[in-house]
Amino acid sequence: MIRVVLPQHLRTLSSTNGELFVELLEEPTICRLIDHLEQQHPMLKGTIRDQISGSRRPFVRFFAAGLDLSHEPVDTVLPLSVQSGREPFIILGAMAGG
Amino acid sequence: MSSARVLVGTRKGAFILRSDGRRRSWSVDGPFFGGWELYHLKGSPKDPERIYASQSSSWFGQQIQRSDDGGRSWNPVGNLFEYDGAAGTHQWYDGTPHPWEFARVWHLEPSLGDPDTVYAGVEDAAMFKSTDGGNKWQEMSGLRLHGSGSAWQPGAGGMCLHTILLDEANPKRIFIAISAAGAFRTEDGGDSWKPINRGLTSGEIPDQEAEVGHCVHRIARHPLRPEVLFMQKHWGVFRSDDAGDKWTKVSGDLPSDFGFPIAVHPHEPETIYVIPIKSDAEHYPPEGMLRVYRSRVGGNEWEPLTSGLPQSNCYVNVLRDAMDVDSLDPGGVYFGTTGGQVYGSFDEGDTWEALASHLPAVLSVEVQTLP
Repeated sequence: MIRVVLPQHLRTLSSTNGELFVELLEEPTICRLIDHLEQQHPMLKGTIRDQISGSRRPFVRFFAAGLDLSHEPVDTVLPLSVQSGREPFIILGAMAGG
Repeated sequence: MSSARVLVGTRKGAFILRSDGRRRSWSVDGPFFGGWELYHLKGSPKDPERIYASQSSSWFGQQIQRSDDGGRSWNPVGNLFEYDGAAGTHQWYDGTPHPWEFARVWHLEPSLGDPDTVYAGVEDAAMFKSTDGGNKWQEMSGLRLHGSGSAWQPGAGGMCLHTILLDEANPKRIFIAISAAGAFRTEDGGDSWKPINRGLTSGEIPDQEAEVGHCVHRIARHPLRPEVLFMQKHWGVFRSDDAGDKWTKVSGDLPSDFGFPIAVHPHEPETIYVIPIKSDAEHYPPEGMLRVYRSRVGGNEWEPLTSGLPQSNCYVNVLRDAMDVDSLDPGGVYFGTTGGQVYGSFDEGDTWEALASHLPAVLSVEVQTLP
């Protein structure tokens, strides 16, 4: 099972607590993981990536296994430690000053 | 007994203020959607328990929330706002063509007769309509494509469609306003639109007769006088007595030519309220004194209303969607500030009191008068 950590605002929006657990039957890529999240929680559509272009929203970041995967192609296969559930795939809001 | 419910949108969530019809004490519920920007909330005139809310975030985009129990519980509905066909271009700040890009919903206007029908004014300027309670949205693209759209240019706050006025007696007539393009009217339910900006004057723009390019901040109207429109814009207060075909400046003796909101008294169609702001460069009240100005003759002659409002060291702003009236007797007037106060007057503006303080910066105030 893949573990996913959502930022606070998206946990509230989707009425979820703690980590989400996702099982992907196909090769686990960033895109497939988000597809699955949006199918399970339709209110997340448009919050992580643009609904029309499919692009990651500019102030959303993907961290996993000590790596910043935000700028990787969406068909990038998730790290093995994330696939196995040893480490979570973290979706978070970019830092903002002020 | 009648009651009043005030829907307050702020930079960091929504709040709902409630009182009975005497309006002497108020409860404050919230924040709802804490941490998100709530540009606007508005209830259905047909079913006041149905409330729509625009929730947005620079991080996580646009959501539309709907309540069917007067704001006690909420559920997200549709949030896909896709321009109809090829989006085309408008002018960018440097005068070059720029693709239309959806940013957020500024204003929600529920239908007067059907709780499931609601209109949305968005940035980049366009109008959308839902007929299923906000689940699916369809652009009314006749506005964006009517001809002048490619010449629209954003103001500093973005190219937003912020005002939507519906007409109970004539459902096919709708007025809208866009910053900084101007006002527009449809007579066929939104298929075709006409700019209605004749008579407006706008600072130093080279062509004062320009069909578009006037920075309208807000339009208000009394429901019993649907042909009479009052406008606060960048550079003055105007009125039209012919549904926008011709505008006349009625700023009169106001202390400045700038401000954002405008409202009409619920029972007196020629009594109007504005809140002057010092200038476009200084978005705070003149002399640090927060004053609402009232005209009882439809403009030109104004009186400052100060009782209960801070008269020194006040440097807040009042935004375009942040003033409204109830329909109780005597009529109530309400507004919210960027300093987080919500003020109300229950004697037509003569005296004011803070109904809530220390909220996040207020973006919108809508009042529901409940039976």
